[in-house]
Amino acid sequence: MSDDVRPEPAPRPVGEVLGQSVPKPDAREKVTGRAVYTEDLCVPGMLHGALLGSPHPHARILSYDTSRARALPGVRAVLTAEDLPAHDIGPAIKDQPVLARGKVRYAGEPVAAVAAVDLPTARRALGLIDIQYEVLPAVFDAEEALRPDAPVLHAPRGPGHPNAASYIRLVEGTPDSVWARCHVVVEDVYETPAQQHIYLEPCSTLAEVDPDSGKITLHTSTQSGFRVQAVTAEALGVPMSRVRVLVPRVGGAFGGKVESTNQPITAALAMAAGAPVRLTFSRTDDMKMMRSRHGARIFMRTGATRDGRILARQVRIHFDTGAYADDGPFVANIGSYFARGPYRIPHVDVQCWCVYTNKLRAGAFRGFGNPQIHFASEVQVDRLAEALGMDPIELRLRNALETGEKWLGGAPVESGTLRACLERARDVSDWARRRERTPTAPGKQRGIGVAAVSHVSGLLGSSATVRLNEDGTVTVNTGAVDTGQGSDVALTQVAAGALGLSMEQLNFSRPDTDTSPYDWCSGGTRTTFTVGRVITQACEQVRVQLFAHASALLQRPVRRLELRPGGFVGVRDEPGTSVSFAAIAGRALYVEGGPIIASARYLYPAWQLDTNRTQVEGLPFMGNGFFVFAAQVAEVEVDELTGHVEVLEAWSVHDVGRVINPAATEGQVQGGFVQGLGYALTEELVWNEGQLVNPTMGDYKVPGVLDVPVALHAVLLEQPFGPGPFGAKGVGEVGLVGVAPAICNAIRHATGAQVRQLPATAERVLRALMERD
Amino acid sequence: MSETVSISLTINGAEHALTLSPERTLLDVLREDVRATGTRRGCDEGSCGACTVLVEGLPVLSCLSLAVTLPGRAITTIEGVRNGPELHPVQQALVRHGAVQCGFCMSGIVLAAKVLLEQNPSPSVDEVRQALGSNVCRCSGYTRVVEAIASVGGRP
Repeated sequence: MSDDVRPEPAPRPVGEVLGQSVPKPDAREKVTGRAVYTEDLCVPGMLHGALLGSPHPHARILSYDTSRARALPGVRAVLTAEDLPAHDIGPAIKDQPVLARGKVRYAGEPVAAVAAVDLPTARRALGLIDIQYEVLPAVFDAEEALRPDAPVLHAPRGPGHPNAASYIRLVEGTPDSVWARCHVVVEDVYETPAQQHIYLEPCSTLAEVDPDSGKITLHTSTQSGFRVQAVTAEALGVPMSRVRVLVPRVGGAFGGKVESTNQPITAALAMAAGAPVRLTFSRTDDMKMMRSRHGARIFMRTGATRDGRILARQVRIHFDTGAYADDGPFVANIGSYFARGPYRIPHVDVQCWCVYTNKLRAGAFRGFGNPQIHFASEVQVDRLAEALGMDPIELRLRNALETGEKWLGGAPVESGTLRACLERARDVSDWARRRERTPTAPGKQRGIGVAAVSHVSGLLGSSATVRLNEDGTVTVNTGAVDTGQGSDVALTQVAAGALGLSMEQLNFSRPDTDTSPYDWCSGGTRTTFTVGRVITQACEQVRVQLFAHASALLQRPVRRLELRPGGFVGVRDEPGTSVSFAAIAGRALYVEGGPIIASARYLYPAWQLDTNRTQVEGLPFMGNGFFVFAAQVAEVEVDELTGHVEVLEAWSVHDVGRVINPAATEGQVQGGFVQGLGYALTEELVWNEGQLVNPTMGDYKVPGVLDVPVALHAVLLEQPFGPGPFGAKGVGEVGLVGVAPAICNAIRHATGAQVRQLPATAERVLRALMERD
Repeated sequence: MSETVSISLTINGAEHALTLSPERTLLDVLREDVRATGTRRGCDEGSCGACTVLVEGLPVLSCLSLAVTLPGRAITTIEGVRNGPELHPVQQALVRHGAVQCGFCMSGIVLAAKVLLEQNPSPSVDEVRQALGSNVCRCSGYTRVVEAIASVGGRP
């Protein structure tokens, strides 16, 4: 392992737990069916909720008649916007009503809600609700939506086109003046689809309202109890002190459960019905009502000198955010911020629009704007290499940012390990041999492609408490949600490594907004990195308290003390002298000092864009994170007769700083790769005149086991650095980001066909084969 | 409303007397009437495999099966796989290999793998992949799941 580049030593863990593939604490209950997800909860008197979706992509609501639904036996509550506070929610722009108010802006948008004694009754009641609409002209394409005469979705918020939810421009250098100095220039338009999360557990909430205090308790499938608490309180006009959120097991999320899903409306139904309500989406309701990844159209032009120095790049991005902004403006920020790629390009001009259309809202999804821009950038860099007659990895190495160099906007790259990732990927994939075209069966062609990947890890606030129990064991509480990625085990291992404890000596609390310290969200490649960091901070404070007691008990100065595995404080060079955490806890609880407890908090320091370097328009929120790097390689076989693409083998090389749990980390990388494979080859929401035509798992194809390569190699580099626990860096989203360009570059290498639109279905590959230049 | 039918279902060896509408699926009856919630609802149309159960030892998608057609047939759900405190070897392997992420697909995968190993005690990686062709896992990328199941039969 080329680990010699270690700019600063990271602290070493105590004991052997950190770095082991410790089994996840919830694995046994999951393989035995005992795990409890939200839909498995059932409380006395519980009603069942269901939502009515709009039949039209854009229409004014003229009138409601809910009388027949209310009269149906077994119906306990029927709600429309007239029954809810006239308040809009949204993380970036407050533009989303809980139920459509005044008009509907996409087909499937919830317009009415019912709670009834059982689900069939609730669904029958939906059919009895009569809503009169006046159909309005609609727009389904982001660029068309910016034309002056386009139908307008939302009231204008300021100057600029009312359908532009956000606009960003970033300019460095003088790109217009340097194109003439470029020996090669390539340009193209790239299109990427609205991919959907297809977390296997559809969104679900159980809401209970205490009749005396009015306190709302939500059990819900989410990535953040605290986001749900804040959004539900805001939407319903109640104080956050009257909303409690608990999170049962979560059946996958991938960004789709960052913001509120059906929590506010389920709470409103429970308040109206005076009884607990559980609302679980059918798969089709989930697909039609929730959110997707942003579809994007990207114009990109890149120029380089003969010796392979990239000089200039111009980018215009249109992100289609659908009917509501949701996280769209933040996704657009990341897409713009990564438009230069992990390369030193002195002259750059990036423009980015995040645009409303009459389709399902787009929001957070693993990669958060980066898969789109990486597809354009990494495919284009390959075309540049081709034009220069240069090896694609060599061209990337020549332009890769190194430690200390500046990102677009001026933020420093603190640990520039892209070079190490690319070099390792070249070695492990036997790149040079496989670039020689391998002979295959007649009608089939093999090729290999690469993508360089960068992402950001961090974002927003986290906190933790660490408390010594009376018997010397330790309880850690963070509020972080494990959506399946394994953060519970990884964070427990971080605490184990910080205090030298075994897994059995640690209790990791489940998230509960009544008792857990704040965590923003399990998203943004941040949980191990940011929550892990606050755990190490709190553990360090606990260590200081432990040593103060141990010093008194052992009659030795603090500076001679050390932590010893298993829950002991010992004296350096005195192997026989130690005191247990239990003895210290007893002294603290009953003799002197009080309970040993510590809390810590962290917010990745915001980077202010350097306006002397970069002309900036837009970008209200940026740079709150640590840059992380990877390189992904795919070998494919293309059937020239059918256009079918099979991924034969793949390598995903990641600098993760330090491996906390190898099995969990590799699982993140492999799972991310396969979601990226779906994005590359099959996954796409398709609309016809604003109607989603494939809102089922039969018609929307996620990869099955037979679609993925047998050999999918997760290669982990450890170059510990930065604020994460023991030098660990985030990895959660990264495995998805470069897969599509690596595969499309491999298709190009195999056949000469250039796919510019994802997914690279057989039909699109065939067309590209026919258009070969 | 349709008329109801009184039947007895044999679930994990126990008899359950039930009065059901004929249109109710086995998935609904397991989850709502029997409260055997380990059988998961992922898509309601036979595309994801999360609701897989065994009928007379063979995998069946419970979301596409009408409960009233199954009286007298031996139905095995995930709750019936574990025998006492010991996990089934497939379950042990999935835990040991770190193959479990969100877990929502696991009930179906465990049952599909159990059938495979009963029919073919030492399956190849390719045979494991074929056997899991109806089970979607959105988290793992399948790599560790396949490795874990193949390891039970002693093939790497």
